[in-house]
Amino acid sequence: MRTYALRRVLQTIPILLIISILLFFLVRAAPGGPLSAARRNPNISLEQIEVLEEKLGLNDPLPVQYWRWLSGMLRGDLGDSIKFHRPVLEMIGERIPNTLLLVGVSFGITLLVAIPLGVLSARRPYSLFDYTTTTITFMGQSLPVYWLGLGLIVIFYVVLKNPFTGEPFFPGGGLNSVGREGDIPDMLWHLVLPVVALSLGWIAWYSRFLRSSMLDVLHEDYVRTARAKGARENVVYYKHAFRNAILPLVTLIALDLPSLFAGALFVETIFSWPGIGRLFWDAARGRDYPVLLGVVMIDAVLIITANILADLAYGWLDPQVKYD
Amino acid sequence: MTEETTLAAIQAQSMPRLIIRRLFKHRLAGLAIASLLTLVLFAVFASLSPYSPTDQTPSNSFQRPNSEHWFGTDELGRDIFTRILFGGRVSLAVGLISTFLSISLGVVIGALAGYFGGWTDSILMRVTDAFLTFPTIFVLIILGAFLREQPLPWLKNSVIVVIIIIAALSWMWPARLVRSLFLVIREREFVNATRALGGSHARIILSHILPNCIGPILVSGTLQMASAIITESGLSYLGFGVQPPTPTWGSILATAQTHVFRAPWLAFYPGAMIFITVMAINYIGDGLRDAFDPYVIHTGK
Repeated sequence: MRTYALRRVLQTIPILLIISILLFFLVRAAPGGPLSAARRNPNISLEQIEVLEEKLGLNDPLPVQYWRWLSGMLRGDLGDSIKFHRPVLEMIGERIPNTLLLVGVSFGITLLVAIPLGVLSARRPYSLFDYTTTTITFMGQSLPVYWLGLGLIVIFYVVLKNPFTGEPFFPGGGLNSVGREGDIPDMLWHLVLPVVALSLGWIAWYSRFLRSSMLDVLHEDYVRTARAKGARENVVYYKHAFRNAILPLVTLIALDLPSLFAGALFVETIFSWPGIGRLFWDAARGRDYPVLLGVVMIDAVLIITANILADLAYGWLDPQVKYD
Repeated sequence: MTEETTLAAIQAQSMPRLIIRRLFKHRLAGLAIASLLTLVLFAVFASLSPYSPTDQTPSNSFQRPNSEHWFGTDELGRDIFTRILFGGRVSLAVGLISTFLSISLGVVIGALAGYFGGWTDSILMRVTDAFLTFPTIFVLIILGAFLREQPLPWLKNSVIVVIIIIAALSWMWPARLVRSLFLVIREREFVNATRALGGSHARIILSHILPNCIGPILVSGTLQMASAIITESGLSYLGFGVQPPTPTWGSILATAQTHVFRAPWLAFYPGAMIFITVMAINYIGDGLRDAFDPYVIHTGK
């Protein structure tokens, strides 16, 4: 198992190298370069731009620049933001807690709702409850997160007002109200709509998955054995079947990580939630390439790590799995 | 009834005809096909609208939905209904073409990996796994932002860029699916028989194994198309997909967000179109899955 883990880690190195080379050259081959915004700014003279180019090493050949960026990255230095003149790593570090809060709360709620939904609708397939759940989750899966988010803002911030105070029911975005930075209840208040927007689609997806996983497991021989030896239906269901049905969820979540990040990016953008996704969106609009590349590389490392951990966890949960 | 006539009756039902008949028996799938065809017709005949999707008449801005402008007008006085019809062209075309590309690439890679196994398999699957660990949305945004700016003339068209990048980041799912199907089917007796008779690799792959994979491939195609439409609209909504003045459902939604206080109703229509289209495609996929499944008993539900 240790050699397996080691091999998986070693295999990720070429993947990361390929991602980094492709993206670096794509971003830097665009005409105008990273200073194109500065070039259009009438307050910055051509001489200043030349000085800047020299200072940032933008006149060196691209492979040299790539090597400098790569070796910096290996030392934990992702470079400085072109726009904010701050270390990229520091900017990402500031945003990570906000993203983790949003994604963590949404994912917790997703599991709390999706697992009972999926398990109960598999308990009595084709019952009224199952039919209703299946239809609603089918719709939920087709609902684009950006439309849902925008819809929540329109309904709970723009249109509906509290009849007593005339204030909107929920804030339309941001981490805190102005002047209440660091206020926890205020922040939770701001968290409601983004969490609803983010978790609805996830709930639909995971409850559907769990329903079909439960139905698959219920056809297995060990379930028949459990029934044959006279175990009560609840024991068969929750002890024998459920445990096995939930196993594939581990791998699924790791594989889903890229799309989970995608959902978070949309929600952060719509609700101005100061997380990684919003940072990335702003950087993409401003062509702030060190920030862009830094976020992608950190996310790639996160996704690969999660996949390796999921594989190892699967082997630990299911003793039948052998690593060669 | 003699044995010959029963056999003739079964043979008269060719596979495609059987599938189509079973698909329409799935009531929701039938409804979904009808709605999708309506959407396609609306997109095809979008130019019959008396309004232009791009000409601006600012004096006419932010009209509420009325008998002249069914969905109202935007900040530049453009008719939203017309823009949504034209946007449907882009969304449906991007969905269809990128799905076709991604499925084609996925089938080729999956078939080669699954059929030949060994080194071919491990190299191709290593590449596939590498693509699966890409942080998709971030890479899509970078590609969407920078590919357009490269000094290549054929990349100037943002619709083509979006089609390419969506296909380039989604072929892995059909590749894995086709590989797993090939791994099973290549061991079956009829494949061995063909091999024993001296059938070439190409013949075994193309006319013996691949036809047996059509069902799952079509079902995964519907999933791909649904997610391609959501991705295209999402990218355009963020500003890195199809570029203005070409209208798309995503970019209309982005305008709606900018003017959410002036015209909150604007946000409804483009999103509803995405939702309806994606749901219709998903229901068709569901119907296809049942139609290809020989074990499903058709009660007409």
